[in-house]
Amino acid sequence: MARAVTNTRKTVNTVIAWSIGLLIFFPILWTILTSFKTEAQAINDPPLFLFFDWTLENYAAVQERSNYMRFLWNSIIIAGGSTLLGVIIAVPAAWSMAFVPSKRTKDILLWMLSTKMLPAVGVLYPIYLIFIQLGLLDTRVGLVVVLMLINMPIIVWMLYTYFREIPVEILEASRMDGASLRDEILYVLAPMALPGIASTVLLNFILAWNEAFWTLNLTAAKAAPLTAFIASYSSPEGLFFAKLSAASTMAIAPILLLGWFSQKQLVRGLTFGAVK
Amino acid sequence: MKTNLKSKIALGVVAGLAMSAVASAEELTIATVNNGDMIRMQGLTDDFTAKTGHTVEWVTLEENVLRQRVTTDITTKGGAFDIMTIGMYETPIWGSNGWLVPLDDLSEEYNAADILPAMAGGLSHDGTLFAAPFYGESSMIMYRTDLMEAAGMEMPDAPSWSFIAKAARAMTDRDAEINGICLRGKAGWGEGGAFITAMSNSFGARWFDEEWNAQFDTREWSDTLNFFVNMMTDAGPAGYATNGFNENLSLFQQGKCGMWIDATVAASFVTNPDDSTVADKVGFALAPDNGLGVRSNWLWAWALAIPAGTQKEAAAKEFIEWATSTGYIDLVAEKEGWANVPPGARTSLYENPDYQAVPFAQMTLDSILSADPNNSTVDPSPYVGVQFAAIPEFAGIATEVSQEFSAAYAGQQTVAEALEKAQALTNDAMEAAGYR
Repeated sequence: MARAVTNTRKTVNTVIAWSIGLLIFFPILWTILTSFKTEAQAINDPPLFLFFDWTLENYAAVQERSNYMRFLWNSIIIAGGSTLLGVIIAVPAAWSMAFVPSKRTKDILLWMLSTKMLPAVGVLYPIYLIFIQLGLLDTRVGLVVVLMLINMPIIVWMLYTYFREIPVEILEASRMDGASLRDEILYVLAPMALPGIASTVLLNFILAWNEAFWTLNLTAAKAAPLTAFIASYSSPEGLFFAKLSAASTMAIAPILLLGWFSQKQLVRGLTFGAVK
Repeated sequence: MKTNLKSKIALGVVAGLAMSAVASAEELTIATVNNGDMIRMQGLTDDFTAKTGHTVEWVTLEENVLRQRVTTDITTKGGAFDIMTIGMYETPIWGSNGWLVPLDDLSEEYNAADILPAMAGGLSHDGTLFAAPFYGESSMIMYRTDLMEAAGMEMPDAPSWSFIAKAARAMTDRDAEINGICLRGKAGWGEGGAFITAMSNSFGARWFDEEWNAQFDTREWSDTLNFFVNMMTDAGPAGYATNGFNENLSLFQQGKCGMWIDATVAASFVTNPDDSTVADKVGFALAPDNGLGVRSNWLWAWALAIPAGTQKEAAAKEFIEWATSTGYIDLVAEKEGWANVPPGARTSLYENPDYQAVPFAQMTLDSILSADPNNSTVDPSPYVGVQFAAIPEFAGIATEVSQEFSAAYAGQQTVAEALEKAQALTNDAMEAAGYR
């Protein structure tokens, strides 16, 4: 009897989980489906789900009009560069906060987090003026630096949380064995915190890939990533939903695949911490 | 030996000419909006490059994103763009601030006098043209001829609001999912805000009196909003409070609207048989009035302007001359047909017999000509603009006001409450900005 209850509960839980999963995934699925419709089918009422004349014309139109590969390459460089730079800076910072905290460490962590609460547009003009002065407008280097800075609080917080799970005695033992600070971080701490670092890297890569405020406002033609590519197909005066959906599908496809293949590491890192 | 020397000299001359051509060729960065006409122009840029040697990098953005992007750049003198696509709202403000290069030295061949006077006026400051219209638009009535006939009514060329309300109610058939009229109710100064402002002009309302006091506490505004809400409740689509241009276009193309009053550029969409199920059943008329001497149509242009300080001013002017010329119109007509040429910018287009054959051409011209941005209200007002007031504060204020109006359309508050809030917030903002 007890077994039957457990099975029923399992089934119910599975159904609920799948329902929530499908609900969350539905907008993406709808975007993908719309990308294969004609513009007239895209706005059909009632909406067409699967039974319509599938077409690749929107993808052809997008390819003809835009240089997709340039946008993609810019996204890879900007998201990858900002994540890499962020981790290089954040690992020593999180190490110091986790293992040699001062009485102000908690305040610093909270202050870092509070910067995420500032509306980005509030600092648009100062940053724009700095970029003009430094010649960083519409450059990938400029965006790497900005995205690294805006994601830094999240990177530091995540790494700090993972590092706190590692027993400090292990690090002390390595020091007694003669390890330098560099060796301690590189050869003792990093391998133990690898799942945590991996999930931090993945999450920040996704955040940087999807970032749309700074990437739209600090670029023009040369450094524009895929967020600008999508924006170029949105229009309040004209029905271009099918083309917009095709552009969106092309923009999210790489990150969707990355998330799919790395979901195990991502979930493990986010839910269980570094060494559990 | 002599021949050899001659060959070397000739080769040198050719190489020198080629080098000088390369040296004078520029790469222009142009910010623009995503709409059919602009995308068509991007596809034809090779013609410009072949004629001048200059190449073009396009930055295409959604209208609101573009507005924010180019405003940031021009106010900081960022220099990210050599040409910007801007509208009638920004041009006089930016021109008066000295942020744009005056276009008063365009070539004789360009024939600036051919630009429609209403467009030239709206894109000038103190008589100086600061942006060249790529295409212009007004608003007009697009209606279903079959439904109008079935309702036993006949649309006049210049109807009144009372006729429109009566026809809308007569054409409505809820069982057949046909709404008598579809209008913008969506919040946003360029969406529902533009429509209701243009409509209010024909009811004798205005945004400000001559001392910049808000006028939402007047009977004219109350009449406008109550008329709109009553008509839309009886004959409009469900959820009209969130409908903008695209939502209404979609409804009309699927045969679910008896009438639609919106941008004249929509005429080419609703008469295109590839997208519209009612393409052969569409008639056109001037936007309605109330017999007060002002109609409810707006005036707008997407225009090309050069930000002051660009290093490529000469090449930018060459591009503007190419893109807004009669030659460009001929090029589009040759490649894509007369129905697809950018409308509403040049007088000569409407004198062209080929274009006169396009069904909505004359009504578009009549609509444009009947809108006067310098005298848009029945009582005198201190601002220029039909569906907006050309002051920097307007976009922010009108967005908030239109949010209050949309809340009234959605039934979240009464019309009187919406007007009361609009009055207070407008006066507060104008006082803070130093107008009052």
